Amino acid sequence: MNTDLDTRNTKVMNRFDITSRLIAKLKHEEAVIGGIGNTNFDLWAAGHRPQNFYMLGSMGLAFPIALGVALAQPERRVFALEGDGSLLMQLGALSTIAALKPKNLIMIVMDNGIYQITGAQPTPAAGVADVVAIAAGSGLANSAWAADEEDFERLVDEAMSASEPSLIAVSIDDKPGVGTTRRDPVQIRERFMHGLGVREPL
Amino acid sequence: MATAEQQTSPQPAQASGDKTWHGIILQTLKRNAISLIPYVPDRVLTPLIKNLHADPFFTTFAAAREEEAVGIVSGAWMGGRRGAVLMQTSGFATLANVLASLAVPYQIPLIMFVSERGTLGEFNYGQSLVCRTMRPVLDSLALEHHTITRLDELEFIADRSIKQAVTTQAPVALILNPLLTGGKVFDK
Repeated sequence: MNTDLDTRNTKVMNRFDITSRLIAKLKHEEAVIGGIGNTNFDLWAAGHRPQNFYMLGSMGLAFPIALGVALAQPERRVFALEGDGSLLMQLGALSTIAALKPKNLIMIVMDNGIYQITGAQPTPAAGVADVVAIAAGSGLANSAWAADEEDFERLVDEAMSASEPSLIAVSIDDKPGVGTTRRDPVQIRERFMHGLGVREPL
Repeated sequence: MATAEQQTSPQPAQASGDKTWHGIILQTLKRNAISLIPYVPDRVLTPLIKNLHADPFFTTFAAAREEEAVGIVSGAWMGGRRGAVLMQTSGFATLANVLASLAVPYQIPLIMFVSERGTLGEFNYGQSLVCRTMRPVLDSLALEHHTITRLDELEFIADRSIKQAVTTQAPVALILNPLLTGGKVFDK
């Protein structure tokens, strides 16, 4: 656990619980992009939806992929779930998103300060960097820590009608993902496109 | 050149600039409904980037890294919008992971234009070395790629390659050689 490093006044929550709370709120076929590893494992475990996309590699690209979906379908809300270690690999994407200002994009960072899936090694940012401060400094003014589960749900509700992209950071525990995504990239991509109304099944 | 022109669809009004390499690429992108253009800049690509920015058909913007741009156009394609990534040779060298873990296994028609540095008058040793990694990486994944050296072949290669990428759901790299673009030389 890294709670001793956590100097923020935020409750330490659980990724699967937070992901399940998010999914329960989605009533308009919102797209959800799950980042590599535990982030998409918990998205899968929260119940597959046709509008879910699961990354099986390309660490750090959940936000860029979600940005692409958001630019292609500006009327649809697009969520991206990303781990703190993954985000560290692609911090420049925050500025790209800030410059383009897609109001339908909502970024959620699951921050436990560790690479849980590889053996819980601390990230270089653990205890020294602040995801929300980085996002704000990258130009994403609408960025906030969720204080607890209820605050997370309130921030999601706000993001649903926001006029600019939103970033919600969640301090989470060191638990692994609850499920395991079926690693079938072509089916994942094809079903996602069906879910977005881009294609009809054969 | 006349041969290539026979392959074209009717040209829009601003045809005067279309006989440059960058004019041909812009019109070929437009004709294939490719409207989302993230790029990491390159000196040689400057006129193309400038003209893409000036044309409201395109959403053209800089990304911080080439793999980020690949993620963006991959997401856009799944959402029903076509895109292409512009980069330099050294930028392509950062892409092996995203090609092998996203574009290829998910069968995404990733369209890449790579301005080729490192050959035909390169003055930076590092650039010439990085250039030598590009085709082995493309070949190791059996990715379609073409090196374009002639203006009269550009439209045919670009148009056909884009259509093949989309219909076969496979990435393609179009390498813009200094013989086509003039490249970058020491006194610039």
